[in-house]
Amino acid sequence: MSNRLRALYLGLATATTMITPAFAVDLTVICRCVVGGVNSETATWIKESVIPGFTAAMKAEGKDVTVSLNEFGGKDEQMTQQLALDFSTGAGADVAAFDGFLIPSFVEGGLLKPLDEVAGPAVDSWEGWKHISDGAKSLMSYGGKAYGLALGTDVRAIFVRKELLKSAGLDPDSFQPKSWAELLDAARAIKKANPDSFPLQLNAGVNMGEATTMQGYYMAILGTGESVVDENGKYIVSSQGILDTLNLYKTIYVDEQLGDQRAQLLGDGRNRTFTNFRDGKTALLVEGDWFFNSVMAPGAEFGLDNRDAEVTWASMPAQEPGKGYRGQDYVTVSGGTGFVLNPATKNPAEAWALLSYMNSQQSLTAFQGYREARRIRDDVATPNNVYLQKTQESLLPLTTARPNDPNYNKVSAEIQRMTESVVSGEASPADAMAAYKAAVIAIVGEANTVSKL
Amino acid sequence: MKKKNFSLLSHRAGAAFLAPAAALVGVFVLLPFFWVIVVSFTNRTLLGKTALNPEFVGLANYFQLFDPATFFTRGQFGFSLILTTQFVLLSALVGQALLGLLLAWLMQTIPPALKRIVETAVIAAWILPEVVIGFAWFAFLDYDNGTLNMILRGLGLPAGDFLLQQPFWVIVIFNTWRGAAFSMMLFNSAFASIPPSYFQAADVAGASSWQKFRDIGLPLIRGHVVTDLILSTMWTFNVFTPFILTNGGPSYRTELLSIYNYRIAFREFDFGKGAAVGVIIMLINLVFALIYLSFGRKKAKAVEE
Repeated sequence: MSNRLRALYLGLATATTMITPAFAVDLTVICRCVVGGVNSETATWIKESVIPGFTAAMKAEGKDVTVSLNEFGGKDEQMTQQLALDFSTGAGADVAAFDGFLIPSFVEGGLLKPLDEVAGPAVDSWEGWKHISDGAKSLMSYGGKAYGLALGTDVRAIFVRKELLKSAGLDPDSFQPKSWAELLDAARAIKKANPDSFPLQLNAGVNMGEATTMQGYYMAILGTGESVVDENGKYIVSSQGILDTLNLYKTIYVDEQLGDQRAQLLGDGRNRTFTNFRDGKTALLVEGDWFFNSVMAPGAEFGLDNRDAEVTWASMPAQEPGKGYRGQDYVTVSGGTGFVLNPATKNPAEAWALLSYMNSQQSLTAFQGYREARRIRDDVATPNNVYLQKTQESLLPLTTARPNDPNYNKVSAEIQRMTESVVSGEASPADAMAAYKAAVIAIVGEANTVSKL
Repeated sequence: MKKKNFSLLSHRAGAAFLAPAAALVGVFVLLPFFWVIVVSFTNRTLLGKTALNPEFVGLANYFQLFDPATFFTRGQFGFSLILTTQFVLLSALVGQALLGLLLAWLMQTIPPALKRIVETAVIAAWILPEVVIGFAWFAFLDYDNGTLNMILRGLGLPAGDFLLQQPFWVIVIFNTWRGAAFSMMLFNSAFASIPPSYFQAADVAGASSWQKFRDIGLPLIRGHVVTDLILSTMWTFNVFTPFILTNGGPSYRTELLSIYNYRIAFREFDFGKGAAVGVIIMLINLVFALIYLSFGRKKAKAVEE
């Protein structure tokens, strides 16, 4: 190669490396969302609304940004696994979907950094903060610092297939059990009228992951007047409430077969419960907003074309009236999922620009067109959705949240294990609770636990 | 007889050629090996406070694994260890080796064309990738849409919920099916190495097939039998594919040691305890490997003499 040619090559190479960063930035977003699959509306929203809108906005500022969406099709737990391993090696998407309850353990493990530490002062001057309440901010915060932005928050309730209730002579429109006994009686009546059905679904088992703790265990234990932790934040490891909760599971899945035991034990169990509800085999299913507005949305995989006519909902009753958490008659629990910034992102400014664009008023309003939900911004209206509006009044004031504690997700895994050993019929409630106690003490230390028996 | 050393290259040149390979082995095998041992003495995790500031905990992880209070509890180390031992005994020793031996012996008597067809079928089960096989078996045994249950229902028989009701026997049969091909091939070539005149002489004397097997076949392939037993034991001990069938469940009933190790280290992110399990698995494998090597050495010595 002649010297002149070599110089030319060198010059070209230098020029390209200097030009590229100024003009082209590649960003990746990952979420557990697949067009036509799980969270289809989120994927569609990002692809049809966020990405074109954001690249256009960036172009207007003279920046050439390309955004690609990584559609993760696995389970929640596998997504957590992926993110933990990605973040620990400095790899992964720039903006990642994230469940708020995992933030403490990720932060303590050094896998997440506060938004302003990642992206600088642009974060603090964002216009959106004044439209987000402190409560909504705390969904993705830890130690007073924001690590991400929640897309919205939710509540949990019992979803009801009307025609199954009617088949047992119950009136779906006035259906509201006032105690566990009434709930079980309704399930028994439906089972009697439809012996092949599994009328009641209260999530249990390891395979459903956090959905077991949130939609199943929490909804029951709150009804006993207790929670996972006591008022001092200590984990309750032995109590009458835990025993009553486990006995409720035993009644549903072991003693009376009111629920689909196999669905609690199999790897794809949660989807099986959705199928049961869609196919009219399950009449009463305890789930969150997401189930109503995404899973069951007309046209979705487990959708019901006539959802609003075929499905209604009821509040989850306490064990007995007035015996619930804080003396309530009905109980519910809330969580929040949203998006975080990868602390190792190579383009923090653009990544924040994307995250804040996703959470702009315009963008979240557009999202309501794909999936209706409670958004965290006060300038994005809750849509004209009867379910959301009614539960906003009835359940939102009653709600509570999971402990914002780095050990919570490990304890939660033990809760899932405890329920599984009961619903599979392998352990008595007392034995399962004893195993839970030993496991939780091993995780948090005896000083951070409390035994009430 | 003393072996004579001769060399194509000088020692220095030989070392130079070996260096790149040695460096790779060092970085990707030896270093992680010692790193795992170091981590097993700490409480390192991926999430939570001990991710950034792991503490040296001495043998605490090992004591925890062997804690007599929980040792035999399902989902604990001891349960997995015992389960894995049963799995090896039933699926590797009884299943793979015995079935392979039987197949290989029967193959000696059938016409060559048929023999080739059987060989192809058995080897096909062996060369397919693990994941493909795993999903094929899952699809075969599934309760709602599985092929086996469709056949059973078609015949008017009750369907079986095999993956939930009999998960241990499912993975035993699966692993037997999977590994019998290797044993069969090994024994097949071992039998082929026996001079046919031995069997012809036995035929003239009017020996039955069982007598030929007991008095001629088996004694002459004894060395191959030991090799086969050790290799299939090691493979079965470390196998992970049953995870695709049962996820280690239901309720840890099929949680082999390899699956237990994966759960502790990469689903619960408890690196310290996971590393301790890894170290124990390595030690067990080391014992197998030493037996295998010492046997190989004995055989080599016998050949030299």
